[in-house]
Amino acid sequence: MSETTTRTEWPLWEVFVRSKAGLDHKHCGSLHATDAQMAIQLARDVYTRRQEGTSVWVVRSDQIIASDPGDKDMYFDPMEDKVYRHPTFYALPREVDHM
Amino acid sequence: MTTSIELRADPAVQYLLRLGDACLILGQRLGEWCGHAPIVEEDIALANIALDLIGQARAVLTRAGQLEGRGHDEDQLAFLRDERDYLNPTLVELPRGDFAFTTLRNAMVATWLKLLWQRLQASGDAELAAIAGKAVKEARYHQQHAADWLVRLGDGTAESKRRCEAALAALWHYGAELFDDDAVDDAAAAAGLGPRSSELRDEWQAEMGEILGAAGLAMPAPVPFRSEGRRGRHSEHMGYILAELQHLQRAYPGGVW
Repeated sequence: MSETTTRTEWPLWEVFVRSKAGLDHKHCGSLHATDAQMAIQLARDVYTRRQEGTSVWVVRSDQIIASDPGDKDMYFDPMEDKVYRHPTFYALPREVDHM
Repeated sequence: MTTSIELRADPAVQYLLRLGDACLILGQRLGEWCGHAPIVEEDIALANIALDLIGQARAVLTRAGQLEGRGHDEDQLAFLRDERDYLNPTLVELPRGDFAFTTLRNAMVATWLKLLWQRLQASGDAELAAIAGKAVKEARYHQQHAADWLVRLGDGTAESKRRCEAALAALWHYGAELFDDDAVDDAAAAAGLGPRSSELRDEWQAEMGEILGAAGLAMPAPVPFRSEGRRGRHSEHMGYILAELQHLQRAYPGGVW
């Protein structure tokens, strides 16, 4: 986000909610807020009002480095035919069945 | 049209109505922000707070009806009383004003309710103590949310500061009523139902002083003016809010979802 945008518009934050202890925080949306404290409060109000969460993370959207959609074929397509990377080619002992 | 219900004048019932009506009427006022808040996130936050308050009102009015002993339920108490039988402080019935006005009022009321719920957790009435145990968590958040906004607005731009100062000038003296004692307080204290109103004054002043200080706002000096909503004598705004609040139950008696 450029300097000019932040001066006239509140920064965008990405919101991650943990639904219960032991599970990981999952991305669930984004919101605008002036600072971290307000972002946490508004995330609580917007994304956990139906008991969705026990913990909230927020991070400024401009702090996230994302892969370029244009790199998708170079980055991800080569994995299509590499089934041998899945650990499915050896027999499991009976005791650890249903993995 | 359904006629109004007659209430039995009982100090314990009046004590509960003062509390339950404060929640009910502020909840109704805050509901007016739905679709009108400065940003959509705050729109949801204000609606959440309004619904928390309505929930608290439901619980307290239900208990008031039980103590009254005439079979009045929460809906009858919320929708079928005459204006003078509502005992909310005048503060909560004033029109919603601008966002600074609403924020300051929320800070004042949430700070008061938080202190009151804290004390009511030790009420001799087990039902009320249980309601307080749940409500105090909500009130703590309401206070923090309003206080954080007040600091941002008071310590924000020249315009936001000007609006906060205007809100203080318009609202502050309505806070005094919250801490005036009368026979209802004496009876509640004697029965172990809850604290006298005046017992919360010093803590409220201290907490509000801290919030206003952080916001760079000066606490107005006390004035002799006293509003009397908690004795049933309301401002000219009360009739309008009741007309809106009561319309459906008066037009369709006993209507439910």
